Amino acid sequence: MTSLRLLATSIAITTAMSSAAFAQTTLTMWYHGAGNEVESNIVNQIISDFNASQSDWVVEMQSFPQAAYNDSVVAGALAGNLPDILDVDGPVMPNWAWSGYMQPLQIDEAKIANYLPGTKGVWNDQLYSIGLWDAAISLVTRQSYLDELGLRTPTLAEPWTGEEFMDALAKAKESGDFDYALDLGTAWTGEWYPYAFSPFLQSFGGDIIDRSTYTTAEGVLNGDAAVEFGNWWQGLFNDGYAQATQDPADRDNGFNSGKYAFSWNGNWAALGTLDAYDDVLFLPAPDFGNGSKIGAASWQFGVSAASEHPEGASAFIEFALQDKYLAEFSNGIGLIPATASAAAMTENYKEGGPLAVFFDLSEAQALVRPVTPGYVVAAKVFEKALADIANGADVQDTLDSAVDEIDADIAKNDNYGF
Amino acid sequence: MASKFTRSNSTGWLMAGPAAALMGLFIVLPFLFAIGLSFTNQRLISPNPTQFVGLSNYSQLLGVGLLTLEPERDDAGEILRDEDGATSYPALRGYTRNNPDFPQLDGMREWFSFSLGESRTYVLARDVVFAKAVVNTIIFVLVVAPIQGGLALVLALLINQKLRGINVFRAIYFMPVVVSIVVVSLLWRFIYDGQSGLLNNLLGALTFGAFPRIDWLGNPSTALGAIIAMSIWQAVGFHMVIWLSGLQTISPSLYEAAAIEGASKWQTFRYVTWPGLRNTAVLVLIVITMQAFALFAQIDVMTSGGPLDSTQTIVFQAVERGYGKQDISGGSTISVILFVFVLAISLLQRWLTREKK
Amino acid sequence: MAQISGDNHGLRLAVRYTVLGLIALIFIFPLVFMLMSSLKPDAQLLSDTRSLRAFLPVGDISLDNYFDAFRRAPVGLFIFNSVIVTGVTVALTLFICSAAAFAFVFIDWRGRDLVLTLILATLIVPFETIAIPLLLIASKLPWLGFDGLTYGWLNSYQVQIVPFIADGLTIFLFVQYFKDLPGELIEAARVEGASWWQVYRRVVMPLAGPVLATAAILKFLVMYNQYLWPLMVVQEERYRPVMVGLQYFFQLNRAWGEIMAYLSLITVPVLAFYLFLQRAFIASIASTGVKG
Repeated sequence: MTSLRLLATSIAITTAMSSAAFAQTTLTMWYHGAGNEVESNIVNQIISDFNASQSDWVVEMQSFPQAAYNDSVVAGALAGNLPDILDVDGPVMPNWAWSGYMQPLQIDEAKIANYLPGTKGVWNDQLYSIGLWDAAISLVTRQSYLDELGLRTPTLAEPWTGEEFMDALAKAKESGDFDYALDLGTAWTGEWYPYAFSPFLQSFGGDIIDRSTYTTAEGVLNGDAAVEFGNWWQGLFNDGYAQATQDPADRDNGFNSGKYAFSWNGNWAALGTLDAYDDVLFLPAPDFGNGSKIGAASWQFGVSAASEHPEGASAFIEFALQDKYLAEFSNGIGLIPATASAAAMTENYKEGGPLAVFFDLSEAQALVRPVTPGYVVAAKVFEKALADIANGADVQDTLDSAVDEIDADIAKNDNYGF
Repeated sequence: MASKFTRSNSTGWLMAGPAAALMGLFIVLPFLFAIGLSFTNQRLISPNPTQFVGLSNYSQLLGVGLLTLEPERDDAGEILRDEDGATSYPALRGYTRNNPDFPQLDGMREWFSFSLGESRTYVLARDVVFAKAVVNTIIFVLVVAPIQGGLALVLALLINQKLRGINVFRAIYFMPVVVSIVVVSLLWRFIYDGQSGLLNNLLGALTFGAFPRIDWLGNPSTALGAIIAMSIWQAVGFHMVIWLSGLQTISPSLYEAAAIEGASKWQTFRYVTWPGLRNTAVLVLIVITMQAFALFAQIDVMTSGGPLDSTQTIVFQAVERGYGKQDISGGSTISVILFVFVLAISLLQRWLTREKK
Repeated sequence: MAQISGDNHGLRLAVRYTVLGLIALIFIFPLVFMLMSSLKPDAQLLSDTRSLRAFLPVGDISLDNYFDAFRRAPVGLFIFNSVIVTGVTVALTLFICSAAAFAFVFIDWRGRDLVLTLILATLIVPFETIAIPLLLIASKLPWLGFDGLTYGWLNSYQVQIVPFIADGLTIFLFVQYFKDLPGELIEAARVEGASWWQVYRRVVMPLAGPVLATAAILKFLVMYNQYLWPLMVVQEERYRPVMVGLQYFFQLNRAWGEIMAYLSLITVPVLAFYLFLQRAFIASIASTGVKG
C-alpha cells in the first residue's frame, strides 16, 4: 500500500513539474528584417536571450521584407491574424493605434526616461511603441570638396543658410568634377520622400499638415512658404543640381564613387561612406529661414490590440531595452542608439566617434513627422506632389491639389478623431 | 438536339456545379461586393462605421466642368500679355477654390484647355489623375492593339517559311511570353536607364554619339511609349503563334492558283491570305484589347504612374487607392467604372466585327 | 499545310537568316543580359552596362551571387511553394473546368445557357478589380484543416489555389474544343447505355490531349508568374511564392548581382520546361486559336 501511494505521489509530482515546464506561452512576433542579415541576427539574439532568461514566455519571430511589411500588417489585421508583438514605423503608429491594431505598452516608464524623444511613440497621451534606435539625416560631403570649392564648413551652431547652400551647389556644378552637385536620393521612392524632404519644407516655414488642429493642410502645404519651397525644389532639378529620376544603383554607390559633391543621406548609409573615404563630413541641414530641420523616428516595437498576452509582449519589449542591445543594433546598422549610455558603448557614437555628430544633430534639429492617423495617406500624397514638382508641374496647382486630397481624406475619416 | 439521351439535370449540375460555384464565390461575389462598396465610404480598416454615400464616389471621380475665361485686360481695354508674349488669363484658382459663385467647380483642377479666338476654354476635372489614367489606358489600348497585332502578323509571315531551323526562331520569338512580366519589367529598367542604360548605349553607338541620352522612364513624353514598347516585346510572340495557326489553315491550293495567275506577293497577301485570316484577326484583336485594359504590373514595378501621371492606368489607380491609400470604396468605384468601360468596348467590338450577311 | 517554300539561292538565304537572326537577338538580349549579370559582382555588373560586355561572360565571373541569394532568402522554399501552388491549381483546373465544359456542350440541363453566359461574361472582369473585395472575403472564409475549423484563409496554400481553379478562359477553351468533337461518338456511347461520367472519361477526355496541354500551359504561366495576389494575401514566409520572395532583395542597399541571380533562378526552370516541350506547347496553343 505504501509503495503504491509513494508511486502515486511521485507520479503526481512529476506531472505537476512537467506541466509547469509546459506552462510556457508562445508569443508571436513580426519583424521587418527579412533579407537583412545583420538586423535579423540581432533580433534573433534578443529573442533567444529572452527565452532563456525566463520560463513564462517563448517568443517566435516571423520575418518580412521591409518593402511589404506595412501591407502585410494591414492584411493581417483584416484577417484578425496579427501577432502579439510587432514593430511599426514611427509615423505610421498613430494610424495603427487609431485603427485598433495596437494597444498601449505596459512597460516601466522609468526605463525609457533617457530615451531620445524620436524613439517614443505616443498617441493620445499613451505610449504605444518604443524604438531601440533613431535615424537622422545629414548633408554628407568631404572636407577636400569643401576646400577645393572654397566653401565655409558649417557647424551645428552656424549651419549654412539657404543662399550659402545654393552657392555651394552652383560652385560644385561649375567645377565640372561631378555628374551632379547633389544626390537627393530620388531613387528611394516611398517613405524616404516625406522623411527626407519634408524637413526642407519645414525649414521654409511650411508643413505637411497644420499641427495646431491636424484637420487640414490648407495654408501650410499650399501657403506662401510652401510655394517658396516648391519653387526652390523645382529649381534644384531645372538648374541641373540634382536628378528627378535616379538609378537606384547611383543612390547606393554614387557618392562613394565620386559622382556627387553632396549627398542627402541617413546615418544607415554612413558606414559605407566612411569605408570609401577618410575625410567624410556630416554637415547639418541648411536653414532656409525657419531653422534647420531633419526627420526623426524610425522602427519601434509595439503590442497588437488582439494579443491575449500583452503582459508577456510588454515584458519582451522591456527586456529588449537594454543598453547592450541598443549598442549592438547601432554597431550593426549604423543608426543612433536610443540612450547616451548605450552610445558610449558603440564604436561609432561614443565620444569622438565618427558618427557621434548625428547624435547632436538629432537632438538639435529633429522634428517628428506629423503625429496623426492621417499620415499614411498624407505621406503618399506629399510624395507624389514632390515627384510631380520635380518633373516640372506647376507648383501652386500641385500643392493645392495635394491639400485637397489630404483634406478630403481627413474629412472622410471624421477628422481621425481630432 | 435534346432527347432522353442528352437531358440530365442532375448530372449537368453535378459536373458544372463545382466550376460555377467556385466562380460564383470568387469572381461574381467579389464583383457584386465591389459594386456595393462603391456606394459607401468603406476603408480597409477603420474604427468608424461604414456609411452609405450614394453616388458621391462616382461624382468625385467623374466630375467634369467647363469654364471659359476672357483674357485679362488693362484699363484701356488692351489685352495683357505675360513675359513670353502669351495672353494672360485670370488664375484658375480664383474660380475653383472657395468661390461662392462657382460652387460646382470647387476643388476641380485643369485637365486641358484650348483657345477659341481670344477667350480660353478650360475643361476641368474633379480628379485629374483619374482622368489622365483613363486617357492613358485608352491610348495604350489603341496603340498596342494594332501594332502588336500587326507585328505579330509580320512575324508569323516570316516564320511561315520552309527554312531549316525555322522552329528555333519560332521558339526564340515566343520566349518572352514565358517570362514573368515582373522579371521583364525589372530587366527593362536597366535597358531604359537614362544614364547608362543599354538602349542609350546602343543608340549612341549606332549614331556615333550623335543621339542624346534620354531618360526614357523619367521623361513624361517618352515614359508611356517605353512601357508600350516593352509590353509589345513581351506579348507579341503569343499572338504570332495564333496568327501562325490561322495561316496554316489556308488551303495551299489557293496559293498555287494565285501563283499560276502570276499574282505578286502583295496581291497574294491581299486576296488569298488576308481573307482567310478574318476569324483569327477577330480573336487576336479581342484578346489584345482585354489584356491591354488590365495594364498594371509594369507600371507598378517601373514607374508607379509617373512621371507627371503620364503612365497612370485605370487598374493601377484602383489598386493604389484601394490598397495603398486604404480607400476600398474609391478603389471599388474605379473597378466598376472599368468593368462598364470594358463591357461597352467588347460589345462594340462584337458588333463591329459581326458576320455581315 | 500552307507554307511559302523558301528560295534556295545562297544570297537570298543568307538575307533571310540574317533578318530572322537580328529579330531573334531583339527577343533574347534581355534574358542573356540577366544571365550574364548574375555571374558578375555588383560593381562590374553596373559598369558593364555601358558596353557590349553586358552580354558577355567576361571579367570576374563566379557563382557567388547565387550563393549569396540563397543566404539572403529561402529561395528553395519559395520555388517549392510556387511549384506546389502551380501544380495543384493546374491539376484541379484541368479536371473541374473540363467537366464543366463537358456538361455545357453535351448535356442538356436546365439553366445551362444562363450559367454559361455568366461564366463567359466574367472574362471581361480583370483580376485586379476584384482583388480587394476578394481579399476581404478570403480573410473571413472558414477552412477545415488539420487544426480543425479555422477562419480566414490568408497565409495558406488554399488562398493561392482555390480562387483560381475555375476561370472563364479555360472553360471557354474546353468548350470550343469539345464543340468540334464528332457528336456521333458521344451519341453512340450514350445509346449503348454509358453513363455521363463514362462518356467523359472514356470517350471525350482521351481525345482532349491538345486542349489539355494548352489549358495546362496557360494556367501554369499565369499561376507561376502571379504577382499582385500573393503580395496581398501571403505574408508568412512559409507560404511565399517566388514573386513575393523577390521583395527580399530590395532592401536599402540593393545587391543587383543577387537580384539577377534570383531572377535567373526563377526564370530558367520555366524556360527550360518551355524549350523542352516547345513543339507541343506552340502546337497546342495554335490549334485552339483559330476556332474563335
